[in-house]
Amino acid sequence: MPSRTMIEAIRDAMDVMMERDDRVVVFGQDVGFFGGVFRCTEGLQKKYGSSRCFDTPISETGIVGVAVGMAAYGLRPVSEMQFADYMYPAYDQIVSEAARLRFRSAGEFNAPLVVRMPCGGGIFGAQTHSQSPEALFTHVAGLKTVIPSNPADAKGLLIAAIEDDDPVIFLEPKRLYNGPFDGHHDRPIVPWSQHALGETADGYYTVPIGRAAVRREGSDVTVLAYGTMVHVAEAAAAEARVDAEIVDLRTLMPLDVDTIVASVAKTGRCVIVHEATRTSGFGAELAAEVQERCFYHLEAPILRVTGWDTPYPHAQEWDYFPGPDRVGRALLQALED
Amino acid sequence: MTAQLHVPEPPARPGSEADFSGLQISAAGEVRQPPPSSSAETMRDLAYSLVRVLDTDDAAKGPWAPPLDLEAMKSGLRAMQKTRVYDERMMRMQRRGQTSFYMQCTGEEAIACAFQAALAPGDMNFPTYRQQGLLIAQGWPVVDMMCQVLSNEKDRMKGRQLPVFYSARQAGFFSISGNLGTQYIQAVGWAMAAAIRGESSIAAGWIGDGATAESDFHSALVFASVYRPPVILNIVNNQWAISTHQSIAGGLSTTFAARAHGYGIPSLRVDGNDYLAVYAAAHWAVERARSGAGPTLIEWLTYRAASHSTSDDASRYRPKDDVSAWPLGDPIERLKRHLVARGAWNDERHVQMVAELEEEIAAAAREARSYGTLHDGSRPSPATIFEDVYKEMPRHLREQRQQMGY
Repeated sequence: MPSRTMIEAIRDAMDVMMERDDRVVVFGQDVGFFGGVFRCTEGLQKKYGSSRCFDTPISETGIVGVAVGMAAYGLRPVSEMQFADYMYPAYDQIVSEAARLRFRSAGEFNAPLVVRMPCGGGIFGAQTHSQSPEALFTHVAGLKTVIPSNPADAKGLLIAAIEDDDPVIFLEPKRLYNGPFDGHHDRPIVPWSQHALGETADGYYTVPIGRAAVRREGSDVTVLAYGTMVHVAEAAAAEARVDAEIVDLRTLMPLDVDTIVASVAKTGRCVIVHEATRTSGFGAELAAEVQERCFYHLEAPILRVTGWDTPYPHAQEWDYFPGPDRVGRALLQALED
Repeated sequence: MTAQLHVPEPPARPGSEADFSGLQISAAGEVRQPPPSSSAETMRDLAYSLVRVLDTDDAAKGPWAPPLDLEAMKSGLRAMQKTRVYDERMMRMQRRGQTSFYMQCTGEEAIACAFQAALAPGDMNFPTYRQQGLLIAQGWPVVDMMCQVLSNEKDRMKGRQLPVFYSARQAGFFSISGNLGTQYIQAVGWAMAAAIRGESSIAAGWIGDGATAESDFHSALVFASVYRPPVILNIVNNQWAISTHQSIAGGLSTTFAARAHGYGIPSLRVDGNDYLAVYAAAHWAVERARSGAGPTLIEWLTYRAASHSTSDDASRYRPKDDVSAWPLGDPIERLKRHLVARGAWNDERHVQMVAELEEEIAAAAREARSYGTLHDGSRPSPATIFEDVYKEMPRHLREQRQQMGY
């Protein structure tokens, strides 16, 4: 199988779907001729024409607003927010419109759209290019929220998202675009070509929305992670010499509760890792689910390793980022209790 | 000198006499009609004048007088009257506690009814909550609308939506949101989709004077300006956003129609209480859209004769005689007088028509009530709230439905 970066895998997913289904249209700021600031849509306008892949005005409200109208019409719009940090003007269209259209019209209209957005830090993007707003979407009834951790999943999940009849928020951890970043920012960059999950099949395939993947089997402690933090957790477990079972959630809503419960029931311990701020973060939901469903299996308190409850800083990026040291300490703490 | 905050006030408040002297109103027949292919810069004057056809002598005048035959006009008169009778009946149902809430469109009937008459099957309206005339004018079953208002077992929305938030895809009536302005940019998206697919349907967005302040309005105009999709962007300027006068939405600074000029979109300012002017302007904009000439913005000048909703009391913030003093009159009365002047109608026939409509609406109300009301009789099962959140019900919703007891 060919190796692809996450950017190439995401682009390939859109290419495959634009080829298969002429209802698929792709648009956003800088995505047309230029191919997107992260190059995810490069070549699509040339291949499919400017009525299927085009630039938009700098208006997130407008981008998602027209996507709702197009989706209701019967197209399959795939829109891009240039950064997840910029999605707030579109939040009303996402929450009040796309998410609820099927419900409020009792199925007469629906909004099968995908909103792609690069998220997360690690690129010195400071507070406006580093956020992880996944909990703002998982809290909303009617949305599906997906966050891949590697090219193979990214392609299959994006194809599944485009085919899905419900609105899907597709979060792309931008620090993973070019390699499996494990949090060791001072080490040389590892490319996807050196990682097994950089291998992505050509053509059409899907990774089902709503299924987690166990990245590392282990018996001591379960780590629930997604996006960049999957790789950080793998590094942390190796360096702390902990036999952790690492669950890559891949989809946050709907959540793969069975995989989580099976793992925690086996290990009896659970550490949750995410890059977003801690309070009311998705980790709080995971902790609640785990204690409700696995209380009598738990041998230690559930721990969370997250970004601090501050805006994402610039110069102090690596003090903010929950790197392998912090995660490793949490793993050891979970084993001590 | 220092800067002073300018907080606009309406020309009159309760206790004083109505004052509409500030309105720019053209004489009927006075405003020119440019070709529908015109560019914005060649028709700027039409954003400041007022397209009017029906004159004070009840004659139809000028280049905008539409080639509607008398039967079409009578059918328009009937649609407007039916809308008003429907509103009155639903108000009574709300006052009797059969539903929670209702919103009338009294005084604005011509806009929705005549606009709908200019559309074709397959076109899609993205309405606000005051365009029930779009449904009634095309003969959509009023029992279906009443069941939605009553949230009963025949409510196709399964009791989920606030009364009057209809949805009727088949009738080209998009599901009403309630978050003001959001539908405006969606209408542009629908029209873009039609253009992408090379299909002939068009979209119509609807917004009130107040909600033009929302960013969705600006986004809609930018996208419409850039991609030139087949969309008509309607602003119903009925002077009031609950208690807030249109001057607080910027209405003193320029006309709402003139806002289109900053985007290079042709715009019209039209007497919304003149059925013939509404039909003519709608027809003109539909032709533009359908022929690929692009978007049109239309400001419909009208007056919200009733309170905002059943939860509002307009006498608290505007003069008692505001409605009677409104210089553009009542749309039903104006079209009726025109038909009478043409010898095609008379008071006796009108009284008879109203009686027929009242009986028709009363019979529909009896039928609708037989399927239940909000507080009495059958309602959609509580278990149905878990449906349609997603296409397939995910596990957590199945679990929650079980917790609810189903």
